[in-house]
Amino acid sequence: MFDRITFDWDWEYAFQILPQLLEATIVTVQATFVGFALSLVIGLLFALGRRAPLKLISWPVTAVIEFIRSTPLLVQLYFLFFILPRWGLSLSPFLAGVIGLGLHYGTYLSEVYRAGIDSVPKGQWEAARALNFSTIKTWRNIVLPQAIPPMIPAFGNYFIVMFKETPLLSAITVVELLQTAKIIGARSFRYVEPVTLVGLIFLLLSYPAAIAVRRLENRFVKQRA
Amino acid sequence: MSFDLLPLLLRGARITLLLTLAGATLALLMSLVAGLARMSTNRVVRSIAATYVEVFRGTSVLVQMFWFYFALPLFGISLSAFTAGTLALGLNVGAYGAEVVRGAIQAVPKGQTEAAIALNMSPRLRMRRVVLPQAFAMMLPPFGNLLIELLKATALVSLITLPDLTFQAMSLRMTTGRTTEIFVWLLVLYFVIAYPLTLLVRWLEHRVTAYTKA
Repeated sequence: MFDRITFDWDWEYAFQILPQLLEATIVTVQATFVGFALSLVIGLLFALGRRAPLKLISWPVTAVIEFIRSTPLLVQLYFLFFILPRWGLSLSPFLAGVIGLGLHYGTYLSEVYRAGIDSVPKGQWEAARALNFSTIKTWRNIVLPQAIPPMIPAFGNYFIVMFKETPLLSAITVVELLQTAKIIGARSFRYVEPVTLVGLIFLLLSYPAAIAVRRLENRFVKQRA
Repeated sequence: MSFDLLPLLLRGARITLLLTLAGATLALLMSLVAGLARMSTNRVVRSIAATYVEVFRGTSVLVQMFWFYFALPLFGISLSAFTAGTLALGLNVGAYGAEVVRGAIQAVPKGQTEAAIALNMSPRLRMRRVVLPQAFAMMLPPFGNLLIELLKATALVSLITLPDLTFQAMSLRMTTGRTTEIFVWLLVLYFVIAYPLTLLVRWLEHRVTAYTKA
């Protein structure tokens, strides 16, 4: 199929398609931010639901978390995109995509929240109770302010992971980076340049971010020591 | 929910499992090789391993898969969908695994290495008999987690036309139109494959903490 095509890298072509790919990068970054914001909220709800004293709440929440974590994100995206319209809830591809990302990574972030909340010393809870704080006030003023800072590096790591998962949205027709590369490739029958450039864009964005998160991690480790 | 869809879906599940096995084998190999190479005293070896790890962790596994499948043929190398899928999954997960190997080896107490040096063990023997056996126990739970991630990532090969579980479900959807039923089956089947792995990892974690605390 590819026999008659030259094997070399075409710089001119690469520069010609670059603006289009950079434009698509915006969609990828948007999906990452919206998806991550959703997963922060969903993750907290999952974490709190799992801790609920009522088994009627904590068990179903645990089951849902385990189920979402044990099935592929791609299949969940298909589910949201193809099934919800049948129940009368039509979502745009982008919306279905970020909801999928938010739910899937919400289950991962719930573990981060859990670890952070568990790391708050028991004495803090007892002190809040001794001072007659309400449950809401205990969480808002005592527990969460201490639990959240150590979670930040873990959040950063999942943010980068989610960024790298956004190409999956191409499967439900979101025109992000990979989908744009596919469109360009299908038009010109040259896939090397667009797909390689997409890889490079991902690397250029995620690698500095990963270094920043590592620095953050080290700072927390030092603070604790 | 009827069972007439099951034979075709199970045929896809076979490919999913085969791919998981092939990918995991490659990933394990790459983890050990790259993980050890990252701690080599030779600078060239170290930087090659570091580049491999950062490139494969820094880009998306789906992009890697597309690159192996669509871009490599233009350089004269044609890969089957199965090979491209195995390569992308194995190399990607292997890069994460290399960090697990490195972290576990570094977590072995320094006194162990020093004791082995005091006993006049060669570096090779030291690694094989003292450091690795202890590091290996620590690697098991994160390796188990990576295996689950690998299994879930195999669904992506459906996008490069390999007839795995997801691909079969999507083509069944086209021919029968029984969308809801098919997707419920699909989710259930993945869960049935993945959840025992989750339980295994949890059991391993339990064992390892008991072992390291003792």
